[in-house]
Amino acid sequence: MPMSASEIERLIKASIPDAEVTIRDLAGDGDHYAARVVSRSFTGMSRIRQHQAVYSALGGRVGGELHALQLETAVPETETNSD
Amino acid sequence: MTDSTNRIAEIVKNNDVVLFMKGTALFPQCGFSSRAVAILDRLRVSYETVDVLQDPEVRQGIKEYSDWPTIPQLYVKGEFVGGSDIMMEMFESGELQELLGAEA
Repeated sequence: MPMSASEIERLIKASIPDAEVTIRDLAGDGDHYAARVVSRSFTGMSRIRQHQAVYSALGGRVGGELHALQLETAVPETETNSD
Repeated sequence: MTDSTNRIAEIVKNNDVVLFMKGTALFPQCGFSSRAVAILDRLRVSYETVDVLQDPEVRQGIKEYSDWPTIPQLYVKGEFVGGSDIMMEMFESGELQELLGAEA
């Protein structure tokens, strides 16, 4: 069963409370999404670790129930500037 | 270590640039794999591909090997680099060119 964008956002925020989540339904079919997740908790993490944090928030659904999730992660701009 | 883990470790060790993907470089079977191949072709580096659709053990095993739930997956000199989204970000920032020693 396809997942709704709001369900994806809810799951991400449940594990990454400060996450700013933007989700686009790419094909309008509730099955192909692009998500951008911005969180201070990503500071100092490699891209791989950042993506893994989001995958883990989605509890094993990515690659299964949620086939297509294009993912972009970032730390808030103010954090990068203060580096 | 399981057999598939050993096989994956061998593949990753023996190939400087290897993409685990769905389908082949000529006929990718998934949009994400297609994007990964397009990026590598654009950089004109030589690379090997492994079609996970031909090998259910590797298809499952590679996800555990890297703790990464999706395919494609790129490995460079034995290190997991990421999936197609990370490849695209690194391509756009020039990091992938640098990692692969490609002309910018």
